[in-house]
Amino acid sequence: MSDVSAAMPGANLAPGEARTPEARVAGAMSGFAKEIGALSAFRLESCIHCGICADACHFYIATEDPQYTPIWKVEPFKQAYKREASAFAPLVRLLGLKREVKADQLAQWQHLLFDSCNLCGRCSLICPMGIDVAALIEQARHAMFDAGLAPKELYEKAAHQRLSGQPEASTEPYRAQLLEIGSRFDVEMPLDKPEAEIMLCVPRTDIEHYPTAVAALARVMQHLGVSCTFRSDGLVAENYGYYAGGKEWQREISGRLIREAIACKAKILLVPECGHAYAALRWEAADLYGKPLPFRVLQVTEFLAEELQAGRLKLNAAGAGTTTFQDPCESARKGGVNQAPRALMKAMGIDLHEMKNHGGFSFCCGGGGGVLDIERAAPLRYRTMENKLREIDDTGAATFLTSCSDCRRTFDDAQAHFTWNKTPQSLLELVAANLTGETRRT
Amino acid sequence: MTLLGFARGPALKVAIAVFCLGVVWRIAAFALLRIRLDLSKPRASVFKSMAGGLLTVGSRSWPHREFIGRTGAGEALGYSYHLGLFAVVLLFTPHILFLGSLFGFSWPGLPSSLITVISVLTLTLFIAVLFRRLTNPVMKMLSNFDDYFSWFVTMSVMVTGIAATAHIGAPYETLLAVHILSVDILLMWFPFGKLMHAFYIFPSRAINGALLARKGATS
Repeated sequence: MSDVSAAMPGANLAPGEARTPEARVAGAMSGFAKEIGALSAFRLESCIHCGICADACHFYIATEDPQYTPIWKVEPFKQAYKREASAFAPLVRLLGLKREVKADQLAQWQHLLFDSCNLCGRCSLICPMGIDVAALIEQARHAMFDAGLAPKELYEKAAHQRLSGQPEASTEPYRAQLLEIGSRFDVEMPLDKPEAEIMLCVPRTDIEHYPTAVAALARVMQHLGVSCTFRSDGLVAENYGYYAGGKEWQREISGRLIREAIACKAKILLVPECGHAYAALRWEAADLYGKPLPFRVLQVTEFLAEELQAGRLKLNAAGAGTTTFQDPCESARKGGVNQAPRALMKAMGIDLHEMKNHGGFSFCCGGGGGVLDIERAAPLRYRTMENKLREIDDTGAATFLTSCSDCRRTFDDAQAHFTWNKTPQSLLELVAANLTGETRRT
Repeated sequence: MTLLGFARGPALKVAIAVFCLGVVWRIAAFALLRIRLDLSKPRASVFKSMAGGLLTVGSRSWPHREFIGRTGAGEALGYSYHLGLFAVVLLFTPHILFLGSLFGFSWPGLPSSLITVISVLTLTLFIAVLFRRLTNPVMKMLSNFDDYFSWFVTMSVMVTGIAATAHIGAPYETLLAVHILSVDILLMWFPFGKLMHAFYIFPSRAINGALLARKGATS
């Protein structure tokens, strides 16, 4: 297969893949056109080439490079749709009005669809035609995956997670690491209970980089006295199938958590501070599962805000000083979790200084959509982040909070790269540090 | 048959037939594709989702505060010439008489002098729009034959219309025939290109807005 990889730089080929790059791309594009569905077709049909979506995208804003225009990122797919499935497709083919998408053309789009798109959805807010551009880009990633053109890092992590439940090999299994975190921070880690009201899961980013966040989750749940459990076979919240565009793999990865939640009769699957995990489980898992999920999917701040409102969660004043908050795109803009984190901050008496663009209009941290994992994307990511860091600095806030471990990791990385003076902190950890009232026991 | 007779007789009939069949087919071709049901539990009720869709129809008519600094001028330009076109097409008395003969009812128009001013302004804006498309790197990159040809056929209708009204360059009957022929061409091109956005714009905003509202997402 080395000749194939050489012909398509950046290509990932499944073992046993015998098709030529051209055949594989042709299959992927044809599959895209045939599977497109009425909604996506309508979105592609509706574009008027106004280019306004560029003005919402931080990759374009940072570089002024037109290739980063969000709708341009789906150009080959528009081309395939027009040739294969649009109203006048036979005419388009007969007159050669749209060329067939070739392997080398699509290989160039890998940079646009993965390295320079966080799937943050800000472009979907600006289109005067109302097109959800991010949804089209996500669909285009599926075709890229089918064409063998998911970036190596995302492909490999997705492949590993699909088979083992972990995106990467670890010195100790995450299960053991979870228990070790419990011992280290002196908090009970509920694990593999046969039945529980709430099933918990963790970002592997937290296990590897922010064990304090894992401990905070367990501590808060313990304080609330709710019946909950982690499950060894469904520990990891992230879904690299979602990032890589491998729809079938995404289904298998989210299926693991669904299976475990059903097995322990959970009424709630609690998604931790991980934006894309929330999107994958809250909004996409049911479709891939093929039926509505028999439990609620809640992001942890949503759950805590509900507990707060019900009077079961009481919080001390945090004394965090002036604070700003990074809204994770997947949970805030695309998922509607805007008010919950603010309700928690308000309950802790936090003096919130919002960024110029916040809430649903916040700029992405720059690492979302798997971009943080793509090594070659780092220089562009740093360039894009400059605007975000400026917005944070402009708030004058002393404390910088977020509720997404990928955002946190991205900002930590930026801190090192730019010698930036702010350290992102977890909202969940702040909540855990300010619990008050009696610990309730079930 | 005179040129005018041809333009508003068989040519117009063919154009209207192509327009109607083409529009219906263009919409049916994607509307008949598979519709995937969203099986996730909605955050908002059906009523709230629909209300969100309707709200988006209105709210996307102007950029959000967060975007206005970057896109306000371009959008103002775009909406201005659209408004000018609507005024000229729908409020010019000869057009009203013509449309009235087709639909069987009419409505009051604007004074001809005002329509002339609006026409010239719209024409100027239309040229500015083309200039922008040719010079803005993003628009230039995105543009294809459809964009330029759609601009051309719309421009042709405007220019021939102004020429006919002002009696410039040829006998009135010839100018009117050329103007109607340009309308015939526009109607025949309409279903094949981006002019279809006239039918798409509000449903597109409403559907996407409703789907975002269903999740409680920002729209």
